[in-house]
Parts: sequence; C-alpha cells; structure tokens
Amino acid sequence: MKKKVLAVFMATAMAFGLMACGSSSQTAAPAASGGADGLIKVGIINNDPNESGYRTANDSDLKAKFTKENGYDASFAYSLKNDEQIQYAQTFIQDEVDYLLLSAADTAGWDSVLQDAQAAGVKVILFDRTIDADSSLYEASIVSDMAKEGQTAVDWLAGQGLSEYNVIHIQGVMGSAAQQGRSGALDTKVAAEANWNIVKQQTAEWNAEKAQQIVQSVIDAGTPFNVIYAENDDMAKGAVAALDAAGISHGVGKDVVVMGFDCNKWALEELLAQNWNYDGQCNPFQASYIDDIIKTLEGGGTLSQKTIIMDEKGFDASTITQEDVDNYGI
Amino acid sequence: MVKSFFKRLTSNQLFIPLMALILLAVINLINDPGFFRITLGTNNAGNPVLSGYLITILDYGSELGILAIGMTLVTAASGGQDISVGATIAIAGSAMLRVLCGGNSRPDQIQAPIIVAFLVACIVGMLCGAFNGLLVAIFKIQPMIATLILFTAGRSIAAWINNNELPIVPDPKFSYFGSFIPGIPIPTTVFIVAICIVIIALVLKFTNLGLYTQAVGINENSSRLNGINPTFIKFLAFVILGLCVAVAALIKVSRLSTINYSVIAKDIEMDAILAVALGGNALSGGKFNMWASILGAYVIQFLTTTLYKFNVQSDALAAYKAVVVILLVVFSAPTVRDYMARLGKNMAKRKEAA
Repeated sequence: MKKKVLAVFMATAMAFGLMACGSSSQTAAPAASGGADGLIKVGIINNDPNESGYRTANDSDLKAKFTKENGYDASFAYSLKNDEQIQYAQTFIQDEVDYLLLSAADTAGWDSVLQDAQAAGVKVILFDRTIDADSSLYEASIVSDMAKEGQTAVDWLAGQGLSEYNVIHIQGVMGSAAQQGRSGALDTKVAAEANWNIVKQQTAEWNAEKAQQIVQSVIDAGTPFNVIYAENDDMAKGAVAALDAAGISHGVGKDVVVMGFDCNKWALEELLAQNWNYDGQCNPFQASYIDDIIKTLEGGGTLSQKTIIMDEKGFDASTITQEDVDNYGI
Repeated sequence: MVKSFFKRLTSNQLFIPLMALILLAVINLINDPGFFRITLGTNNAGNPVLSGYLITILDYGSELGILAIGMTLVTAASGGQDISVGATIAIAGSAMLRVLCGGNSRPDQIQAPIIVAFLVACIVGMLCGAFNGLLVAIFKIQPMIATLILFTAGRSIAAWINNNELPIVPDPKFSYFGSFIPGIPIPTTVFIVAICIVIIALVLKFTNLGLYTQAVGINENSSRLNGINPTFIKFLAFVILGLCVAVAALIKVSRLSTINYSVIAKDIEMDAILAVALGGNALSGGKFNMWASILGAYVIQFLTTTLYKFNVQSDALAAYKAVVVILLVVFSAPTVRDYMARLGKNMAKRKEAA
C-alpha cells in the first residue's frame, strides 16, 4: 500500500515536473512563432547564467542587445547539457527562426542538427565556444582566444623587469580551454627563460579555497616566491587570503605580484586599490559583434572572416581607472 | 599478554585512522623534518599568528571534522549517506550572506548582526536536513537518492537566494571565524571544532541519542518493539547534520567573506563520507565511533596537505589521492582485518611449535 502511495506521489511529481518543463519552453515558442513583421527572429542557446559571473554578464549583454527596440524577436534557452541544447536547437529550427545563436556546452555532437538548420535555411552563429563541426555549417564564430589572453598576461609580467620570477602557478580545471590557453603561455616562457622558475604548479579547479591551501603550503614550506599567476579571479583572491594570513605584502611595489583573470568588478576594485597587480579580461560582451554580423548578412554582405576573435584587454593596477572598473567589470 | 594487547589494539576502531595518521607523519618526517615546525609570525593586519603545516591541517580540516560528526550520526541511523552537504553549505552560506548584506551585493556595512545571520543559516541548514530526513525517515527513500535532490538543486537554490549576485561582506569582524581573532594566534576554526566536539560529547554522554541511533541502525524493527521511534531518530540525525552544515558554512563563507555558488565546498560530501569510512564505521549503519570519524577527517586533510607539499602534478593529484584512499579503505575492511588477525595468530602458533 505504502509503495503504491509513493508511486502515485512520484508519478504526480514527475507529471508536474514535465508540465513545468513544458510551460517554460512554451513561453519561448509563441514568442518565436509570433514573428511580428520586420523583426529578425533569433533563437539563442546559452549555458546556464548561474554558472559564473562571466556567464551572467554574457547573458545580460545578449538580453540587452536582442530586444524588440533593436529589431529582434529573440527567444532564449539555457542548459549546461549538450543533449538538451541540441533539443532546444531542433525546437528553434521547427519554429523557423532566422538565426540560431549557440554557445555549446560540449564541442561534439552538433553535426546533424546543424545540417538540419542549413536545410531549413537557418543561419547559425557560434559565440563564446567553438564546436567540432565542419565550418560550412555555421556562418561565423565569435570567440575568446585564451592562448592570447595568457600571452598578454605573460608579456605584461615580463615587462615588469623583475630580476627573478619565482611563480606560483594556480591552474583552473585541467583540460578546460581557459586553463590550456592561460597555462600554455606561461609554460613556454618558463621553459625559455633562465630566470623564470615555477615554484609550484597545481590545479585549484577555479576554487578559491583550494588556491588558498596551495599558497599556504608554499608559505609553510618556506620557499621564496614573488609572483602569483592565478588563472581566474576567485583563485587569486584565495591566494591573497593566504598571503594576508602569513603577513606577506602584495600589490603594486610590494613583495608579491598578484595576477588574475576574468575582470570581475570586485577584482578590478582590488587593482584600483593596488592590492593586486594585473587582471586579464575574458570578454563576455559578444552581443554587439553578433549584431554586426547579422546586420551585414541581412544587408546582403559577406563576412571577411569566419572566426572573429574579440578584443581583450589586460589591466595594470598602476594605470587602471574607476572608469575601467565600471566599463569592464563583470 | 602481548598478543591480547596487540589484538585489543588492532580491534579498536581508532586503530586505522591513528595508523594512517602516524604513517603520514612518518613519511613527512623522513622527507622533511621541517614539516612539524610551527612558527609565530604576524599577519598583514599586524596580529600575531601561528603558522606551519600542522596549523594548516588543523585549520583546513575543521569543516570536514564538523561535517563528520553529523555524517556519522546519519550513517549510523539510516545506513546511508547524505550527499547533499556540499550543496546545503552553499544554501546556508548564501542565506547567511543574504541576511548580512540585505540583498545588496556591495553594502557599506553589514545589515544585521552576525549572530542573527548565523542563526538564520542554522535554521536554513536544519530545514534542508529536515527535508532530507523527511524523505528518508517517512517516505523511506534510500538516503543517497533522497539527498540527490538537494545535491542537484542546492547550488541553484543558493544562487537564487541572492539573485545570483556574489555579495561581499564588508565587516572585517566576519572574517574572524575563518581566520584569526586579533591577539589570539590560534585559528578560530580550531575553537569552533572544539566547541562542536564538546557539545556532541556531552550529548552522547548525557542523552540516549547514541544508544538509540545505534539501535535503530542495527535493527529498526526490534528498536521499535523496544519503544524507540526509528522515524524520529533518523529525522533527528539529518537535522543534526543540517546544523553541522550551517557551522561549516559559517567557516567556509567567512574564510573569504564571500561565496561562489558553483565551487564552494565542492566534493566535500565525498570527503565527509570517506572520513566516516576511515573511522572504521560500517557504512551500512549500526554501531559507530564518533571520535574515529573526526580523526578520519583530519587524516584526509593531512593527506591533502601532504600531497600539496609533495608538489604532485596537477593532473595526477586525484589519482594519488585515489590510490591512498583505496589502500586505507581496503585495510580497514573487516574481511582484510580478520585475515590479518588470522595471519598473526598462525605466525604466533608456528613460533610456539618451533
């Protein structure tokens, strides 16, 4: 009896769950099928905005750009799972959108659905992430060049003219594009220069607490170091917490150079206060690039290049201004 | 005489975690005696602080030690584990920040006293525990499945509580819980753990909680026939774990005065379960030894710190940890221990024969 009650309960819960899913996609559907005259219909598939500050900024940038006022009829769908994203893509193709904008959760598995899109005359634009599919299947891709971000940062560090570089290198999740790009530049430089040493190279998996422990372990060992190269802001923050606890000074003109990535607003404020030295941008503002591409294509023009790499800055604590913090902080 | 002492030693539940601790200590001693050095320095705020690997282990092992208390009770009572503790730490921590910052991500000053925020976090943590307890005790769902719900949804709920903003607590006093109180060179977390241990020790000594929990874990039906309410005992275990989660959340959030919903306390549930297993407690419930679990938690932190110290390559870190875990768990398995005991006995016999 109890089991039956439970089964009924579970079934109802599931039905409600399905209904909930149904209603959320329904809100997307009428907007897309409405298609008021003159508006360009776009379907946007993104990762979950809760994923990170970067994603939140990315999502709000897209939402601000693709509005009715700007001549767009946009529908949004979010998932961190590739198969769900593919389903959303199929829904958008059935709804006959003009453009499909895609930030894929995974690089693989997109060929067949993009072929469907091509057959239906839907133009595909990739943003933020690339996929392993034939480049004829999409119009353009707008991406960050992580290797370039790393190179910019390493060049900046080399420009500091320290007599010796003893670097604590805190890596992101191993194998992610951001980790590979940002690690690659530093590894090459350390291998090439005699006065560049890695004191410690370990992954903190984007996690501030783990970064704090890694730096703490170097401090406990008593190994001297003068640079912290953290592959995102959170980890730099964790590293700085360990420095503070150990009474090691950091920032502009101090003992340890602190470097981070992503340009979170709070991180840029640390730069402004000269507690950190450098922050590399990972540009989440792709909407205007996409907008330009769509305008060009709608005007009958052709794109000069398929892969568009966004401008990304690196901020130096000695030159950053409040304006930079407001404009580039995410 | 010697033999019976040896047998008593090996059959003691504290034997495995203690051996692991000694083994790790010896490895570190051989590698670098400086491992055990503790020095008194000052931090950037100009206050005296103790530092050294041992202090680091005591400091960073705190959250795990606290979680091990609750996890041991849940394991003993329900014969299953709560895998949602990491996510509920995110929820409780998020609630705490919501109260402290009043929904504003960058307030100039805290909007409510820290104690109020902590109490709210305790309530939230206990509610999450109660939700899990309800599913397990009343709906009789497997604990791992029941807690899978919050494991999956918890971090999104945490993000929702603060409108997906990442508030930063402006008051330096809030950071004392995860670091040092000015003038006291010992990490505050050590005191927090000590308080938790004293409380649970008193509870176990002066109430029947321990006895009832074991009774329910060993045989639910016979405990019911003896007048114990198994539903309530299981429910209570999850609520107590919820309280432990809130305390751990206070430390975690305080360490950096902010939160990152997707990575805070990530994978801590697995370490907490491992701590219980390392303590020689049966994961299928029943008898338990609280102190062995807590010791197990510090063994895990000792291992983590040792791995960081040995400069293990990033991509190999998880593999090393896995190997050590396999060894520890295999050696603490009852069948292996029986086998070892028999081996010891046979050797003694052979010696007698010779």
